[in-house]
Amino acid sequence: MTTNGHTNGGTPLPMTKKDFSSDQETRWCPGCGDYAILATVQSLMPELGVPPERTVFVTGIGCAGRFVYYMDTYGMHGIHGRAPALATGLAVSRPDLSVWVVTGDGDSLSIGGNHLIHALRRNVPVKILLFNNQIYGLTKGQYSPTSEQGKVTKSTPFGSQDHPFNPLALALGAEATFVARAVDTDRNHVAEVLRAAAEHQGTAFVEIYQNCNVFNDGAFDALREKESRKHNMIMLEAGKPIRFGEENERGVVHRPDGSLEIVDVADVGEDALVVHDPEHRDPSLAFALAHLAERPTGPTPVGVFRSVARPAYAEGLHEELEEARESVGDEELAELLGGGDSWTVPST
Amino acid sequence: MQLAGSRFTDATAMLGNDLATLPDFPAEIRAPAGTLHGVSAFQIHFASRDILTPGDHPNVLVAMNPAALKTNLGALEKGGTIVANEDAFTDNNLRKAGYTANPLEDGSLDDYQVFRVPMTTMTVRATEGIEGIMAKDQQRTKNVFALGLLSWMYGRPTEVTVEWMEKKFASNPGIRDANLNAFRAGYNFGETAELLAVHYEVKPAPAEPGTYRNINGTSATAMGLIAASVKSGLPMVYASYPITPASELLHELSRHKRFGVRTMQAEDEIAAAGMVVGAAFGGSLGVTASSGPGLDLKAETIGLGVMLELPMVIVDVQRAGPSTGMPTKTEQGDLMLAMYGRHGESPLPIVAAYTPGQCFDAAIEAVRIAVKYRTPVILLTDTFLANSSEPWRLPDVSQIPAIDPGFATEPNGEDGAFLPYKRDENLARPWAVPGTPGLRHRIGGLEKEHETGNISYDPTNHALMSRLRAEKVAKVADEIPPLEVDHEDGAEVLVLGWGSSYGPIRAAVRRVRLKGKKVDSAHLFHLNPLPHDLGELLHSYRKVMVPEMNMGQLVRILRAEYLVDADSVTKVEGIPFFADELEAAILERIAT
Repeated sequence: MTTNGHTNGGTPLPMTKKDFSSDQETRWCPGCGDYAILATVQSLMPELGVPPERTVFVTGIGCAGRFVYYMDTYGMHGIHGRAPALATGLAVSRPDLSVWVVTGDGDSLSIGGNHLIHALRRNVPVKILLFNNQIYGLTKGQYSPTSEQGKVTKSTPFGSQDHPFNPLALALGAEATFVARAVDTDRNHVAEVLRAAAEHQGTAFVEIYQNCNVFNDGAFDALREKESRKHNMIMLEAGKPIRFGEENERGVVHRPDGSLEIVDVADVGEDALVVHDPEHRDPSLAFALAHLAERPTGPTPVGVFRSVARPAYAEGLHEELEEARESVGDEELAELLGGGDSWTVPST
Repeated sequence: MQLAGSRFTDATAMLGNDLATLPDFPAEIRAPAGTLHGVSAFQIHFASRDILTPGDHPNVLVAMNPAALKTNLGALEKGGTIVANEDAFTDNNLRKAGYTANPLEDGSLDDYQVFRVPMTTMTVRATEGIEGIMAKDQQRTKNVFALGLLSWMYGRPTEVTVEWMEKKFASNPGIRDANLNAFRAGYNFGETAELLAVHYEVKPAPAEPGTYRNINGTSATAMGLIAASVKSGLPMVYASYPITPASELLHELSRHKRFGVRTMQAEDEIAAAGMVVGAAFGGSLGVTASSGPGLDLKAETIGLGVMLELPMVIVDVQRAGPSTGMPTKTEQGDLMLAMYGRHGESPLPIVAAYTPGQCFDAAIEAVRIAVKYRTPVILLTDTFLANSSEPWRLPDVSQIPAIDPGFATEPNGEDGAFLPYKRDENLARPWAVPGTPGLRHRIGGLEKEHETGNISYDPTNHALMSRLRAEKVAKVADEIPPLEVDHEDGAEVLVLGWGSSYGPIRAAVRRVRLKGKKVDSAHLFHLNPLPHDLGELLHSYRKVMVPEMNMGQLVRILRAEYLVDADSVTKVEGIPFFADELEAAILERIAT
């Protein structure tokens, strides 16, 4: 049991949400989806068994960047897009820490795209939470790399020209070993996905659809509104046929070309449905699922798309280096400096 | 050619001669042989007295082909010796080099002593019949033939080179034997042929007692960083992105896992700096290195380091700019970038190494300041320092002072509160690493409230914090010893330098004095902050001359800082100053 250091007559008290909540006033806009995610993370942390002083949050710039100030852990609010690089330096040199990156769609997919893909391919032991609101919030409403093409914003009064990124497909293309998606207000499901992410050895990439009620309100209504979510939320569960709908009446099947299609279960029979397998080495199914909904406006899969084991970046190196370091001192240093060919000039 | 040059250097060092080298090679890896831009040269200056520069004008030029002759003849002293590989002076090669007639035959080299040696032919003959050796391998060993020939001409010991080849090519007996045969053939040719009348012998230079090795600036920087890691007990995390000429430092450091050095090749320059900040937050000695183009990109992260007040060291191995510039050529063009190349008021300490061996001390000093004052420190070296070598007296390791990381372990505020920006007597803030109970805190690039470190947009707080950050850096000067002046009574002119122009400046000063004129010289190691006594010193001379391999950067800082009429001597040719250029500049200032 992890405790908060306080005791009750000799028995350590278990940690609570309070142990992970800082005293700083939360300054997101009222109604922002970030509040729900923050509350979920603060509640989840005590469960993970890592004390707050060994937990570190690293963020970039944007509304999501402020996350770090509200967690009573160690934290670094970095620079725009660079959080994965900062977190990499910390995580590899301190494998005893639990390192979390919180980022947004502009931060991680635009200015920080390079750092994100390289963290993923290296499989650095960090958890990356991408709060995707499909808009630039902190800079007051420009289109983001996940905004739909044609989006009218302050910087694109005639509609944007850019084709958007599909964050999960991008992560899978970058060889990510853990890829998942959740929706901000679905707190139990966010917690479940983050729990799985925390357990993953290596980089865990979690996209969280997050509503920006000021600049892009309603972007995820298909998955957030009580009525529509019944029809649209495709909850992925390992080992189970992929089906959804109010009565579980719809499902996902493979087309002959390998792509996926949504069908009525009654038309194809239960056995025809695709069985979800996030641990499959081949990322084809995960990739096809990432493309099942090009925009989260209709039926959209959420949950863990991929979770495969691959050695984390520089795994085991830390122990080796620490051991080496402990065995060197002045003598070894002198030996190093004098290495190679040397000669002596005698005193006369 | 670089290999032949470095072998000759090692043999020379073993002999106890003092030396300085200037490798000069094209940026292209295998630039077309025989063309003017493809010439790879290696210059070495050695003597039985202490010497300070690779030499302005070599006495001997070994030209392996017409292009090499054409590009280097200008530097050779009049009446000097040319050893030419006559086999390479073919019509085709002459045309590639832009010669209309063969200079070995048309009398254009009458002012020089020319030795024509059929190096290719003799090399091929010496390497015949070795198993597994192709004709092109035979041809390739002609540089080693030249090395053997020069080794004889200058009485270099052969054992060092032979041992080196045996080790280097141990896995490939054919190549090993070809190289050994070619080397011996060159040496023996020198010994037996009547052709070479001169046999130079250079006596060992008098030196301070001690144990010496030959070292270049890159190795010395790496050793200094490792020493600082050992002396501070901080594990080193070195992250960088490949760039000429700083990549060599990555190569060198990645070999030292034994000292717990962790090297990371980042995805870009920005990430390399970011990884270092992350590692520093975790309690490691974070170091990154680059050259000018990379320093441009790292500016953002260095600014974050200034705001976070975490220790980190950024090594800038300067090269000729702007932009890609001349990647393999030296320059001192990044001083202004190091000083001011970040937005906002963003001061940080800067130290500049001035000889290859001194890079060792410079690296330790950079780490010491970074750790003590919790700040990024820029260490300036340059291409010339990184690649050239000199005999280096091994330091007594036990005399290198320990560096105390002074990690915070206890709360420093009332009621067990931790104040991450509460400063000590040096204005440095506590370094509290994750994992320490009771000291949880958040830091970031936003302006901090004094002491608490909470985000603050308060006007007076920002003014206070800006001042505190500047004062902290300025305080480093309290530890800088008074500037050492190479002084002569009656001197009215001071030559003030920084960085790798140290050698040419000292050599020029010596020449001026040999002519009976008086001049003083001093060299800056700390460029920010500057030594306390510098202003007074500058004002005590009639003239202050500042030679720099840029368009006059230090001189601007001096003029701004001290309102002194310092006078600039500049060179931006991608090569170091020549002693005779500076000699002339000094004499002119003494006379007027």
